[in-house]
Amino acid sequence: MAAAIELDSRGNSVLVLDREESLGGILMQCIHNGFGLIEFDEELTGPEFAQRFEEKVYARNIQVLLKTTVLDIREDDKHKVIYAVSAKKGMMRIEARAIVLAMGCRERNRGNIRIPGARPAGIYTAGLAQRLVNIEGYIPGKDVAIIGSGDIGLIMARRMSWSGCKVHAVIEILPYPSGLTRNIVQCLNDFNIPLYLSHMVTNIYGKDRVEGIEIAPIEAGALMSEKAFRIACDTVLLSVGLVPENELSRDAGIEIHPATNGPWVDSMLMTTMPGVFACGNVLHVHDLVDYVVEEARRAGANAAAWLSGYRAEREIRVKSGSNIRYIMPMRVNPERENRLYMRALVVKNDARLDVRLDGTEVKSRKLAHVQPSEMLSLTLKPEDLAAARRDSTLEIALV
Amino acid sequence: MKELICITCPMGCHLSVDRDELGNMKVTGNRCIRGEQYAREEVLNPKRVVTFTCAALLPENYSSAAESEIVPRVPVRTTNAFPKEMISELLCVLRKQSIRLPVMCGDIVIKDALGTGIDVIVTRTITLP
Repeated sequence: MAAAIELDSRGNSVLVLDREESLGGILMQCIHNGFGLIEFDEELTGPEFAQRFEEKVYARNIQVLLKTTVLDIREDDKHKVIYAVSAKKGMMRIEARAIVLAMGCRERNRGNIRIPGARPAGIYTAGLAQRLVNIEGYIPGKDVAIIGSGDIGLIMARRMSWSGCKVHAVIEILPYPSGLTRNIVQCLNDFNIPLYLSHMVTNIYGKDRVEGIEIAPIEAGALMSEKAFRIACDTVLLSVGLVPENELSRDAGIEIHPATNGPWVDSMLMTTMPGVFACGNVLHVHDLVDYVVEEARRAGANAAAWLSGYRAEREIRVKSGSNIRYIMPMRVNPERENRLYMRALVVKNDARLDVRLDGTEVKSRKLAHVQPSEMLSLTLKPEDLAAARRDSTLEIALV
Repeated sequence: MKELICITCPMGCHLSVDRDELGNMKVTGNRCIRGEQYAREEVLNPKRVVTFTCAALLPENYSSAAESEIVPRVPVRTTNAFPKEMISELLCVLRKQSIRLPVMCGDIVIKDALGTGIDVIVTRTITLP
């Protein structure tokens, strides 16, 4: 929606295609608060945040097609062609000069992380359980164990507790939680829910319905099977990470970056298919919707600039240095201001972000506390990159 | 001394609260004024914003082929952080609460909930087809 508003405000004709019944995507089931502190300087719930954008979209008379699934994106000589279907309109062929991908991401499931054991009823991804509770009005179970400490899992621990269920444990394979600190405090500590760090699920029991799980600690990188113990529960929620949903992009021949699982993009957030841009969780998984909106606006503005003929004269390569998992985007434009998002590989206090152009420090920023679950951002101005040559490399490291 | 993690925003500042002999509090580790306010409140009177969904009720005599498309739950929240020790009582009320459609975002569901001066409001506009 933010990209559409940006494109529309720059005089382009825009169409939004969405497979859901309403705009807003995942925000509609995120009824908890904490959205919009950066964007609106207020603490809103997901639906409230979405509604502010929805109102702008409709006020601008931007065309919206809901309950419409895009099947294919192709490129012919002049246009991009989108094939989509809906129950109301049937099959559609839509021609566009530019496309902004904003399909979001999908949850990892049990198959993705290979948890051994039986396959009874009662195993859900946290987001599915969230939809069941918050939108459909069903409680998936009474005694819950949550595998993985992602934000949705933590939010669901509180949501299930508030719904009268008992959450017995949150199990995290890593030595640190993968969700935001504030969620550990207000979703687990408030309810005295134990968080087992460096623990792995080694079995799921139950014939028709889940009866319990077995977990074992990991010490010095080795699974301590002899210290395994059992937790009784009737429901297992999985919150083990998100994967950008890029089937459409892949089928269209767009290159996917292995570190982000999202499209490879240049300084304009343009994918390897010229005129196709990407933003939000389909590009890389964000932890705050405010960052998604900022990025989407930028993608919209860049798409508008591209449509009116702007091309980056030169771009320099961005390289992830030590302790950095990835940097988004993969190129910077030395003539413009560049906003970069990156994710740390480590938990560290009093860290420093070290930005080097061909080995020479051009910028440095002190960070009181970094952790992989909290995305870092950085803005580079043209003067920071004044010394850039055509074959320069920008390297950002965490030291 | 009490160690806290600020939950006002996603920064998650690590705070420590010191109290001198007179009971005056000194907060350190906060990066903004909200952190100090949070630490004081968290020690003296902890509060949380409560979010929930209530059952949606169709208007009387309403019949439409599109009935199955109507969202069955209406999301709500407290207008401000709610005293922690009263949350379970509030949840008991909310579990029994149903909301008649259509509703506008911001509509008041419960005025002055449990005498706290805090309202419970709707957080999603739901119209009828």
